[in-house]
Amino acid sequence: MTAISVRGLGKGFTLHLQGGLRLAVLAGVSLDVAAGECVALAGPSGAGKTTLLRALYGTYRADAGAILVRHAGRMVDLAAADARTILAVRARTLGYVSQFLRVVPRVPALAIVAEAAGTDAGAEARARALLLRLAIPAALHRLAPATFSGGEQQRVNLARGFAGAHPILLLDEPTSALDAANRATVVAMVREAKAAGRAIVGIFHDETVRDAVADRVHEMRPLREAA
Amino acid sequence: MLSARGLGFRFGSITALEAVDVDLWPGEVLAVVGESGSGKTTLLHVLAGRLRPDAGQVWYREPDGPRTEVHAMPLPLLRRLHRSDWGFVEQDPRQALRMDVSAGGNVGERLMAAGARHYGRIRAEAARWLAEVEIDVARIDDRPTTFSGGMLQRLQIARTLVTEPRLVFMDEPTGGLDVSVQARLLDLIRTLVRRLGIAVVLVTHDLAVARLLAARIVVMQRGRVVEDGLTDQVLDDPRHPYTQLLVSSVLAT
Repeated sequence: MTAISVRGLGKGFTLHLQGGLRLAVLAGVSLDVAAGECVALAGPSGAGKTTLLRALYGTYRADAGAILVRHAGRMVDLAAADARTILAVRARTLGYVSQFLRVVPRVPALAIVAEAAGTDAGAEARARALLLRLAIPAALHRLAPATFSGGEQQRVNLARGFAGAHPILLLDEPTSALDAANRATVVAMVREAKAAGRAIVGIFHDETVRDAVADRVHEMRPLREAA
Repeated sequence: MLSARGLGFRFGSITALEAVDVDLWPGEVLAVVGESGSGKTTLLHVLAGRLRPDAGQVWYREPDGPRTEVHAMPLPLLRRLHRSDWGFVEQDPRQALRMDVSAGGNVGERLMAAGARHYGRIRAEAARWLAEVEIDVARIDDRPTTFSGGMLQRLQIARTLVTEPRLVFMDEPTGGLDVSVQARLLDLIRTLVRRLGIAVVLVTHDLAVARLLAARIVVMQRGRVVEDGLTDQVLDDPRHPYTQLLVSSVLAT
């Protein structure tokens, strides 16, 4: 079952403060991802991997093409959807783990993850279990992550991203600041997510991690080279 | 729940608003950003029915109710909305608070204006709301003149939210406060707004505040909306030259 279907996606940036310089990053990108499949975006720096991932989340607004995602039983085109539809898709369907945690002052790690885990009675227990699995000790759960190390913040971010149980998960270098033991945990979590039928698109610079989780690699090239 | 079309407003020869459309859904936080003089505060006052626009309309829909044109409402009806279903948080809390009335009185007064009569219950509610905004309940009988700037702003928020409004207008609620005081206030607003499901129109020049609180952003320049979208779309993929200038002018959001 197709979870994501990208067709003819084009995206560029016009830098008005630099004399209207126009940067074309994506042109004619097509990509299909099935439920239960993990696709890794690969290619050199500047190939548009992050741009594509952010376009899939609706953060970067597409200039051309369609980004269809399966949401509540039908395919919704994020490239044409209004703000409320995109929010609804993000709430139920589309999860995103950014490279860095955007820290909210005073909100404890556990609350950040529990908020993503849902509103049911078990949400907090699931959040706690996820944090422990990602080696965030219980003593830290009640603290705001502002003072945590980079690796700890990334693990809180991962716990939040996986807590939502979204059918589609977008991962932007989820293991960049992690040690070997935590990388192995993330690999196991991605595999479990796939087994549970979730579709995953990720950027994994660590090739061992990529080989361990990806079913397919989507190679990207910078547009100037491709042209 | 709130929708405006074609709003125009002029101060003499200066155009403060031109052809502005706004839509707000229940429980949604919408940030209006732009620099001083962009028309954002004028827009807030027009949306709240405090300023009558020269052109265009604002409609408000009550839950399961009819749609009413805000500027065509009889004044008593608009006042009643402002006393309970709507709230307005001023940048300067001294404009909204009665400085010669106790903290508890300031909160209780709005409950009484909304129809509450039982003194014991009003005082208990006032105490509960002081605690919600992290003001020591022992200060309930103190006058706001003895409060710090951050406490005054928290007191104004308690006074506004005590009637559990559906819609709150906020004009630079963290403006003029120290950074550490701002963080506490932002967290408080974020928590309360989410828990109570309040819709907010938030005017701010601070993109970090918009990022933290709002799901959607409208960018204003010289009285016009030049860009709008989800907060991350507008801040991470700004398209209009003015939005790009705003985003590039801050260190980090």
